Amino acid sequence: MQYITDRKRAEGLGSAKSGTKHHWQMQISSVALLILVPFFVFTFGPILGEDYATVTAYFARPFPALVAALTLLVGFHHFRQGVQVMIEDYTSGLTRKFLIIAMVCISYGAAATGVFALIRLAL
Amino acid sequence: MADVNRGNRPLSPHLTIYRPQLTSMTSIFVRITGNALLLAGLLIVWWLLAASTSARAFEIANAVLTSWFGDLVLLGSLWALWYHLLGGVRHLIWDSGRALEVPISEKMGLAMIFGSLILTALTVIVI
Repeated sequence: MQYITDRKRAEGLGSAKSGTKHHWQMQISSVALLILVPFFVFTFGPILGEDYATVTAYFARPFPALVAALTLLVGFHHFRQGVQVMIEDYTSGLTRKFLIIAMVCISYGAAATGVFALIRLAL
Repeated sequence: MADVNRGNRPLSPHLTIYRPQLTSMTSIFVRITGNALLLAGLLIVWWLLAASTSARAFEIANAVLTSWFGDLVLLGSLWALWYHLLGGVRHLIWDSGRALEVPISEKMGLAMIFGSLILTALTVIVI
């Protein structure tokens, strides 16, 4: 017989670690994207297919650039957390760790690249 | 007394034993669309980077994104984006403890399917 409570046994395991934090962050980013995504679709959509001069001039303007930058930052952060849940659902062990690390690198790498490009377009 | 049986616990039945239902199918498609959006995300980042690099780099990226293949990927991603967004709204409603009953969940599932198609069509017309 173990003199240990259920809570003590559960603490630090499974979703008792940081599950609620992850969930809350997903809620925050999803509400943010609810606003950002329509803005992004209707600022990026019309400019796709235009020529080089038009595109570079367009993204030098504050509104399209800020919408794009925020959508990429929040979007890739949301993706990074969402894809982690999928990886955790279907894989385990070293594969799981490798995939999560790879996806974190891709997510932040892509977000940083996009923001860098937008800053260069704005300057 | 807490359960001391570790590692040898029975697992609850999973996907394989269930008949596909509207609720489960609309849910799995939220996951598929959300993760598939990585492709469009990377394409757009590449397009922006090319635009900030040179006219020649932009030509290449722009040619890929506006080719028939690019159109297909971006149109599919546009639908995926609207579908995932509506799926997210359903989750936010569920997470607030509302509309958890099966009939209303199924109605929201239908709203996601038709809503995403309508939004995609509207977007294509507008932009």
